[in-house]
Order: sequence, then structure tokens, then C-alpha cells
Amino acid sequence: MDQTTLNIIVVGLSFALYFGIAIWAKAGSTAEFYAAGRGVNPVVNGMATAADWMSAASFISMAGLIAFVGYNNSSYLMGWTGGYVLLAMLLAPYLRKFGKYTVPEFVGDRFYSNTARVVAVIALITMSVTYVIGQMAGAGVAFSRFLEVDNTTGLLIASAVVFVYAVLGGMKGITYTQVAQYCVLIIAYTIPAIFISLQLTGKFLPQIGLFSEHTASGQYLLVTLDGLLNDLGFNRYTTGSSLWLMALFTLSLMIGTAGLPHVIIRFFTVPRVADARWSAGWALVFIALLYLTAPAVGAMARLNIMTTMWPQGAQGEAVAIEDLPDWFETWRVTGLLGVEDKNGDGKIQYYNEKSEAMQALAAERGWQGNELVTFNQDILVLANPEIAGLPGWVIALIAAGGIAAALSTAAGLLLAISSAISHDLIKSTINPGISEKGELLAARISMAVAIVVATYLGLNPPGFAAQVVALAFGLAAASLFPTLMMGIFSRRMNSAGATAGMLVGLISTTLYLFLYLGWFFVPGTNMLSADQYLFGIPPTHFGPIGALLNFGAAYLVSSMTAEPPQEIQDLVESVRVPRGAGAATGH
Amino acid sequence: MSDQDSATAYWKANLRLIKWSLVIWALASFGFGILLRPLVSGIAIGGTDLGFWFAQQGSIIVFMVLIFFYAWRMNKLDAEHGVDEE
Repeated sequence: MDQTTLNIIVVGLSFALYFGIAIWAKAGSTAEFYAAGRGVNPVVNGMATAADWMSAASFISMAGLIAFVGYNNSSYLMGWTGGYVLLAMLLAPYLRKFGKYTVPEFVGDRFYSNTARVVAVIALITMSVTYVIGQMAGAGVAFSRFLEVDNTTGLLIASAVVFVYAVLGGMKGITYTQVAQYCVLIIAYTIPAIFISLQLTGKFLPQIGLFSEHTASGQYLLVTLDGLLNDLGFNRYTTGSSLWLMALFTLSLMIGTAGLPHVIIRFFTVPRVADARWSAGWALVFIALLYLTAPAVGAMARLNIMTTMWPQGAQGEAVAIEDLPDWFETWRVTGLLGVEDKNGDGKIQYYNEKSEAMQALAAERGWQGNELVTFNQDILVLANPEIAGLPGWVIALIAAGGIAAALSTAAGLLLAISSAISHDLIKSTINPGISEKGELLAARISMAVAIVVATYLGLNPPGFAAQVVALAFGLAAASLFPTLMMGIFSRRMNSAGATAGMLVGLISTTLYLFLYLGWFFVPGTNMLSADQYLFGIPPTHFGPIGALLNFGAAYLVSSMTAEPPQEIQDLVESVRVPRGAGAATGH
Repeated sequence: MSDQDSATAYWKANLRLIKWSLVIWALASFGFGILLRPLVSGIAIGGTDLGFWFAQQGSIIVFMVLIFFYAWRMNKLDAEHGVDEE
């Protein structure tokens, strides 16, 4: 059986599983559609949250992001996990106690203002739609790479699958498919990592292997890697630079994570406030299983590539073209790897041609530039099973895992979008008299429309795919996180203050991104360039500044206007204590 | 103690717990993982230094422990102050 057939079988089986769950977990009420009937076990919810959170980018790209930059990109590891500490202590339990279905609903009720609610809906839809485009595109790529269908077909299959279980099951269907998707993706990620760790260090756990001795060289793995990279003109793996910017970026990812509505609403599905606290811990455990493995995969895969290209070490001869391993050819065909024998010596020299020291050495040794001309960072995860010489079914698992990661995140985002439309716009603003049945139908239709729009945008990405994640995190950090936090921790915060804060956070962050990256990310329309960054802060790092502006504006405006009415202050008091959470679940 | 006093004491205890948890949270990530890394660079770990380990693994482990500790402590505080869920 060839690899593609095997991939189709494994991916097909995973889909059959998701469909089975969808039929079993059909939503019969709005409580089930929006919050899975609030009956999800905290451990199960933790697993679903992990799948909800870990996107195609986490699964396919993160190890590569770390491998190619080294220490400095630890920001992603700390940022995308540290946010859960904020979520567990500052938001999740209180929002669960509040006991409603959506994030804008809390904003609207707490700040007794439909304007505030609509601003929150706008923020939510902007960040979730930008985020979902990346997921749809990621699913399309995963399909086309493993199943040999073109990108468009891949994307259409992906949306059809999500359509079935999200429209049918709502949050309930999504929750249990996410649990299945988590199992698929974590197994797919871990198996190749264990084998590579065994091969390089003899250690079973990659997390231990990363800090162990590299069997072949008799030195610590990180020392060997640092040495090879240094000899070839690359930055050393463990050395950092611009530490303050790194800290700011980490903070930006942390508060962005805590402010993402599709993650927050997962905590509405557990039965009790105490469960929301435990559940955040379990979510982080399941996320850490991948996030603690990723840096090991990154470093080991990087070392594998280096030793493949330089079998005798950096001082010896480079690898001859005919000696390149088989997996190299497999991935060269996909365009993710590319070689060009510039100096015609039949060998492939891979080095940093931008380093001046290397240019001198290259002239001396007769090299005419780096000959590994294409080296996509995603290759580190995608080619891992082949690099480690693992059987075909592991490759098929990686295919299913990549698709599972993309689908689970897309479904979570789509639910956040559709519930904001059906519950916050239709039920509360446009047609308050809508019946329970009518709202459930509206929720299903909103979900269907959201999927169609996301599919369309995935097929015709607006040309700023790379920036969208920065936008989503920046907006989450600058708009929703501070507002939700003030809603809980400041009894005095009133409607005018919160609305002003949200608007200032939203507008300042969007403006900062547009000024440097182009209006609506259209290339060439940027009015300022990278050397004009305010205090040297890149747009991707702006989240905490936007959050600070939000807090500042909110307190200023609030202090000049009347304090919130007594019943709102009582509401804040009641959100702070768990007692009575069961009663609040009704609607 | 009246219900109101009890709720106020409960909230103060929660804030204190959050404050100290976030100090540890920041120390493990922004501290040892990033800004204070030069200070602890003398401590070797598996071919690199303590700061690198904190940045790639230690911080995440600390985060997990923190959340579980917070959940355990808060659930106890709920009961002590009589504000737990029935």
C-alpha cells in the first residue's frame, strides 16, 4: 500500500470518529449548543481546551519557529502557556460564576450597556475571523500535502467536516470531537519525538533528551548544536538578544491568550466554579505535553539537519548530492526543501551566507553561496517520522494530527463567532422576543454562515495571512482582557469607562499595526517603517501597551463619571464568590 | 462574622493569593527565563544554563504547579469562608 492510500485511510478513520461523536452529541437546546449543557467534566474540558487552543501553527510550525531562532523564540513557549495562569486566577472562575453563554454578554450586563456589548462583539468577531482564516488555510495545506489533493479541494473537505459536527452539535459536539482530536494530535506529535530522542540521546523522554548527552558526539546535545551552528555562521542556539523586547513579546502573547474568547467560553461548560479552576490546570497539563516536547523536537530536528548536511562536521566535507537521504528527495518534490549546487562540486554546502566571517571562509574553500536554498521551517515536524525512519502509519498519523489541530481550533473559533451573532446580536439586540427553538435555529444558521464566510476567506486570503495572528493577539490583549478584568476586580468601573477603555485599546492597537504594516495590511500602504518604531516596539509586541492604554482610559473616564448603580455593584460582589453558581446557570 | 464581612475577608484572601502567585509566575518567566538569566547563567544545566531551561521548560512546569495550587487553596478558602457551592 502506498503512503497516500495509508494517509487517506487513517485520516478517513479519524473523520468517521468525529462524525460518530457529532451524531451522539447532537445539541437539543441553546444551553447545549452554547455551553454543552454545563455538564463537561473538568479533565475532559481541559483536554478539549488544549485542542481548542493548539492550532495548526502550534502543531506544525512551532518546533520550527524555535529551531530556527533558538532561545529568543522561547517567548512562544512561555507566552502561550503563561496566559493560562492569568485565565485561571483573573477570569475563568468568575466568568463561570456569572453563568451566561458569551463573553460580550458579560460585558453588556456588567457594564449595563448595549453599546459596550456591541463593541465587545466587534472586537470578538474581528479577532476570531482573522484567526480562523489561518486555521482554514492550515487545514487546506495539511490536506494537500498528505492526501495529494489540491489546496481548494482540501479546504472544502475541511469545512464540510467542521460543518457537520459544529452545526449539528454546537458546543457539545465540538467539545467531544475536540477531545478525540486532542488524542489524535498528541499521539502523532509524541511518537516521532520519542524515537528521535532515543536515536540522538538514548533517552526515552524528549524533554530529558534535550538536556542530555548527544550519543554520537559524546557532548551535551545543546553544546554540539551550538558548536555546529557557530562554525557555520548561524546564531548560537542558546544565546539570546534584546531581552526587554523578548519579555514584552512574551507578555503580549500571555495576555492575548487570556483574552481570546474562544478559549474563555470553554470554561463556561463545566458544572461548578471550582471545576473551572481545576479545568484551567488540566488544560495547561495537556497543552504542556506538546509544548514541553516542541523545544526538544526543534533542537533535535535542527541537529539532525545539520549533521545530515555536514556528516563529517563543519570542518569536513559537505554532503554529496547522491548521499542525501531518501526523505530529502520526498520533501524536495513538495518544494519545502530545495538545493542548488552553485559551485558545481557535487556537494551541498549549507551555511549562513550573510555572515561576514563565513563569506571569507567560503571564498577560501571555494563555496559560492548557501546551497540549501529552500528550507521551510514546517519541515521539521512534517518530515520527522521519515528522518527518524519510522513506519508509514506514523506519517499517516502526522497527517491526521495536523488536520485535527486545524479543525479543532477552527471549530472553537466558529462557535465563538456564531454565538456572538445569534446570542448577542439577534437574541439581545435585534429580536429579544425570539423563542428558545428560534434561537437554537438562529445559532445553527449563524454557525453555517460563519463556516461559509471562513471558507471563502480561506480560499481568498486577504493577503495578510502572516500578520493575522499578531492582530488577533494584539486585539485580545488590548480590548477584551483589560475590560473583563476590570469588570471583576473593580467595583467602581462604570459603563462609560469600560466602553472608552475598550475603544482606546482597539483603536490604538489597530492603528499601530496599520501604520507599520500597511492599512488593512495592504503592502506598500504603511506610513511608517521599522526604524521608526515608537520606543523600538514592533507592532507584534504592542498588545501590553494597548492594554495599558485601555486601563488608563477606563480609569480616567470612570473617575469623572457617576459610579455604577447598586445592583451592578451587587453583581460584582456575587461574581466574586462561588456560592450560587448552580442557580445562575439557568437563563 | 456576618455574611458581608466573611465575603470581604474571602476576597482579600483571594487577592493576596493571586498577588503571590503572579509574583512567582513573573519570576519564572520574565525573571529567570529572560531578564534575570544573566544573573543565574553560572548554574549549568545539561549543556546550557538555568535561564535557558526556565525559558523552555521550567516556566511551563511552574505555571502548572501554580494553577493547581491556586485551585486547591481557593477551594479550601471557599469552604472556610462559607462561600463554596452547595
